[in-house]
Amino acid sequence: MRVILIGGSNTVYFLARQFTRRHYHVTIINRDAGDCRDLATQTSATIVHGDGTDMSRLEEAGARMADIVLALTSSDPDNLIACQIAARKFGVPRTIAKVNDPDNEAVFQRLGVSVAFSSTRVIGSIIDQETDFEEVHELMPIAHGKLHVSDVHLNHESPSVGKYVRDLNLNEGTLIAAIIRNDVVTVPNGATRLQSGDHLVVITQPQTETHDLKILCG
Amino acid sequence: MAQTKRIVIVGCGRLGGALANQLSAEGHDVIVIDRKPQSFDKLNNDFSGYKILGDAVEFHVLKEAGVEGADCLFATTTSDNTNLMLAQVAKVIFEIPQVVARVFDPARESLYREFGIETISPVQLSAKAFIQASQ
Repeated sequence: MRVILIGGSNTVYFLARQFTRRHYHVTIINRDAGDCRDLATQTSATIVHGDGTDMSRLEEAGARMADIVLALTSSDPDNLIACQIAARKFGVPRTIAKVNDPDNEAVFQRLGVSVAFSSTRVIGSIIDQETDFEEVHELMPIAHGKLHVSDVHLNHESPSVGKYVRDLNLNEGTLIAAIIRNDVVTVPNGATRLQSGDHLVVITQPQTETHDLKILCG
Repeated sequence: MAQTKRIVIVGCGRLGGALANQLSAEGHDVIVIDRKPQSFDKLNNDFSGYKILGDAVEFHVLKEAGVEGADCLFATTTSDNTNLMLAQVAKVIFEIPQVVARVFDPARESLYREFGIETISPVQLSAKAFIQASQ
């Protein structure tokens, strides 16, 4: 796997470390000479000093061979243009952009970026969920938030403990996809009985999510 | 120009300001957007359009400025990437029929022209003028 990371000082350092550990080939394009010097000593990534939206810098970074370009600068326009040039000029199959304005997630995807994510939205939704249900951790939104995958922990106070799945009266749009019990993963059916300590992987839809999570964990 | 058009200009610098003044004097409905309030000092006293303070790369700024239904959008900020992003948002999302972006970098300019974005390159235009003067 060949990955190009553009901008993003601190995040880039940790990503580069994680990716090189997985034996990915990592190249970093960064505008700041000081950051480049630090990254060159701290990581084994190839460093290109310059503007990641500049075609010759992208080419120098090996964009023609890259599998993924990740644009992480603090400027939404720079991240969009870097991804578009990578995809259209150099044929990079997958481009990922950070957006600062959450509205730009949808805008970027319409303009051809494979994945756009807003850290503002991610942090906002973590805080929303932590305050709603302590026992529930949303793992990821799917299809622009039309489905949520959550990790639900049951304890001895959870109202669903001791009940059979078929008796829970969950909405049709909700599915307990897996139960992790003592490190063993099982796919439940109607006759499965929930126990304290279970971790459930639950797929929900936003309109019935609160109702069904209440049935599971109160 | 006989018909009154609704024209959005993003970036009220020397170019954006001059365009806004002239198009407003010709009787068009002009909306100028800029991040800095002092940029609007370049507009004439008789400028009759709207001045919107805000960063146009934030989607809600464009939406609240009323660019929906505009006839033209000119992206004249000092950043090539901002202009190219705005031109695409105007064209693809707001379906504005005529969109032009100013782009300084000739390589980027020709690439986006291939992608169907109308661009104006001050570098190419001046080069052409200088060469003509030398002949």
